[in-house]
Amino acid sequence: MTTRPQVTIPIEPERYELRAPACYVFESNRREFFKFLGAGVFIACAASRGNARQESGGGRRNSEDSLPKDIDAWLHIGEDGSVTAFTGKVEVGQNIRTSLTQAVAEELKVPVNSVRLVMGDTQLVPFDMGTFGSRTTPVMNLQLRRVSAAARDVLVDLAAKQWNADRARLTASDGQVVDPQTKRALPYGQIVKGQQITQMLPAEDPLIPASEWKVAGQPLPKVNGRDFVTGKHRYPSDQTLPGMLYGKVVRPRVFNATLVSADTQAAEQLPGVTVVRDGNFVGVAAPTSSLAEQAESLIHVQWKAEPQPSSTELFEYLKKNQLPREDRDDGPVTKKGDVQKALAAAARHVQQTYNINYIAHAPLEPRAALAEWNGDQLTVWTGTQRPFGVRGELATTFHLPEEKVRVLMPDTGSGYGGKHTGDAAIEAARLARASKKPVKVIWTREEEFTWAYFRPAGVIEVTSAVDANGKITAWEFHNYNSGAAGIPTYYDIPNQLIEFHPVKSPLRQGSYRGLAATANHFAREVHMDELAHAASIDPLDFRVKNLKEERLRDVFVKGGEKFGWARPKPKNHGYGVGGGYEKLGYVATFVEVAVDRGSGDVKVQRVLTAFDCGAIVNPDGLRNQLIGANIMGLGGALFEAVEFENGRILNNHFASYRVPRFRDLPPMEALLLDRKDQPSAGAGEAPIVGLAPAISNAVFDALGIRLRGMPLGPLLVSEGYQLS
Amino acid sequence: MATMKLLINGQSHRVDADPDASLLSVLREQLDLTGSKYGCGEGQCGACTVLVDGKARRSCQTPVSAVSDKPITTIEGLAKGDNLHPVQQAFLDEGAMQCAYCTSGMIMSAVSLLSFKANPSEKEIVDYMQGNICRCGTQPRIIAAIRKAATAMQGSRS
Repeated sequence: MTTRPQVTIPIEPERYELRAPACYVFESNRREFFKFLGAGVFIACAASRGNARQESGGGRRNSEDSLPKDIDAWLHIGEDGSVTAFTGKVEVGQNIRTSLTQAVAEELKVPVNSVRLVMGDTQLVPFDMGTFGSRTTPVMNLQLRRVSAAARDVLVDLAAKQWNADRARLTASDGQVVDPQTKRALPYGQIVKGQQITQMLPAEDPLIPASEWKVAGQPLPKVNGRDFVTGKHRYPSDQTLPGMLYGKVVRPRVFNATLVSADTQAAEQLPGVTVVRDGNFVGVAAPTSSLAEQAESLIHVQWKAEPQPSSTELFEYLKKNQLPREDRDDGPVTKKGDVQKALAAAARHVQQTYNINYIAHAPLEPRAALAEWNGDQLTVWTGTQRPFGVRGELATTFHLPEEKVRVLMPDTGSGYGGKHTGDAAIEAARLARASKKPVKVIWTREEEFTWAYFRPAGVIEVTSAVDANGKITAWEFHNYNSGAAGIPTYYDIPNQLIEFHPVKSPLRQGSYRGLAATANHFAREVHMDELAHAASIDPLDFRVKNLKEERLRDVFVKGGEKFGWARPKPKNHGYGVGGGYEKLGYVATFVEVAVDRGSGDVKVQRVLTAFDCGAIVNPDGLRNQLIGANIMGLGGALFEAVEFENGRILNNHFASYRVPRFRDLPPMEALLLDRKDQPSAGAGEAPIVGLAPAISNAVFDALGIRLRGMPLGPLLVSEGYQLS
Repeated sequence: MATMKLLINGQSHRVDADPDASLLSVLREQLDLTGSKYGCGEGQCGACTVLVDGKARRSCQTPVSAVSDKPITTIEGLAKGDNLHPVQQAFLDEGAMQCAYCTSGMIMSAVSLLSFKANPSEKEIVDYMQGNICRCGTQPRIIAAIRKAATAMQGSRS
């Protein structure tokens, strides 16, 4: 047994979508667990306001009313020995239903298949801010381990009492308490029979150290995998209710449009169709989706809108449209030493600008919601990374107390940071209220590409200096719009000025896997390469030379060894590296590119990512996330960019917005550094940040052409090459 | 509206639908077969893939009237009782899914490929699966699963 690792992660200063107002303006009481699950043992926490706000704060719009008023129950052991754990975290493909199940099974000493997780149901689970920021593993995994350890203690206590035996010699294993002396064993179900016990979580309780894990640390397959390969699992868009209607929203042709007039007469004549016009919202509900589409097409709406910027002028626009000081909510400026003086004194300095385009999440399941009213009680099934946040949006929009709103989140067809808001939930609920029937809204692909939000574009300016010994002496870094996540440099530099400049974004923008860390790492790691060349030092040696952090040095050094960085490369091949520290994870990605001088094809030949996220909870799930992040990252690195013109998205289909497909993928390798002595960290985001700069740096190594923007592909086209 | 007969997963169904309605909408809305997914409605992502006469078809692009009386297999009809199809089993064994929203379409496409190419090369798999999108980036495992299924199916034939 060991002490509990302490983890603190700052919540990123950027949460654009939480600052956005609800998308429309319109005119169950606390859970009874014993009734719900029967007798047994509960492990609960007093709802600590401090903690709840930290981890589960619900964002700026949510008031104190949204915090639990009594206790939060986290775990229940039933008379049949079944274990139910409750969490506000949700499953969007990162496989946390599996890794959290492992945490419970490990500490409670029960078989994995006896554990059931209730996730993201606002009526049943403790309040939670949402599933983002790679917080599930460092925070929720730890929390469920703690409650499971507490439950195990209660069970041992009860068994000791029942047997009148010395508690100290009893052990728990495989769902029962065992007395090694008498060879007696009591299954948990029998221990809790007839009991109704609520045990509060003790402040300190030792946890099983990672080095002794039996279930955690193992490559457990997806716990409900069979439901997915058989089509049995019901995603939000698959949910149905008797008498349900299909909803459709009439969208303006451009962003920021105001409704002038709407002719809804023809649509209203259709059988069973309800038409709603409320403020800027126009929508229909109909017994079939095709009838809903027909009704929508019969509605003629006049909108008015002002001229809006276009993607061809994006980067100039971002530089010119910073928010006034008083509207800004950015993190503190980092100032250290005297940058100006250091730049003036330096042997060599480099000044460059890096441009990052908007990209779309394009989750394969578009936003979807099914809403049902019972009197003034609203229930919504929807795919969101913030069930409690969406509950808050619904309560605000419909002028309800939050207790009247229940949001349920069935395991969803991905998110990547793109499903924080409750747009589809609000639309479905508004249509359901008007039609007095349950209504399901599923966004079309075009709607998803247009009316969701985007990863922020950005302009990043970097000025730096290096001394004659290859030590970086000055670092000035300005990020316009893309965000503050990952903006601090982890290199050891005495003089720094680092600043994020928020901008009035021309498009609706918000979270995306890794937030701005991808943009900031791109600029930093490409710039590091430029600086290494200015100092005539090998780019990998240059990084290691300027790093003090041991774990970060490790991923660079061990990744480089595995990749074969020092090995001579074939003619017309180039090597590149990029990496850093993000969301408690240490990452270094290595890339080899090959150039065909005849055809001009530049191909990413192979990718290796070395990663350290502390003690690994599930190596198989981790590999899936890490390779997945690199594949997703390949799109943003090579070719993804949102094109827009005067309030319209020009490439809002998969035919025009290219995402990585089977033919695009080079061999990819993961090098996992399992640090059993370190707390477990998340892995959904950090592994995405190293790829783009590594490719850019490899292209420079092969061709001597420096690509200073994302995506890279179009920049190389202008040099006469095709990058793939 | 027209009344049509559909033969799905070995069962005959009578449906009343607009003849131009997509097979996907009829499967999902009228027959509650929600394993086939909407991903784009334009035949660009493959999430809606089903088998018609044993061949992969994008059900979002297939008018329901065009497949009346033809045998249709959806993901729900692939397993025989409790026994998974070898492709389903291989996807499970390889952990070839993350959010798994693309999985049913991936599996149906793979079944179609293996029906006419018993032992496809990696390049043949990649080329055939090019029309199926996995946004989570599980493609390498999907390729491995298809190879594994091919081996398993050949083994069971010999």
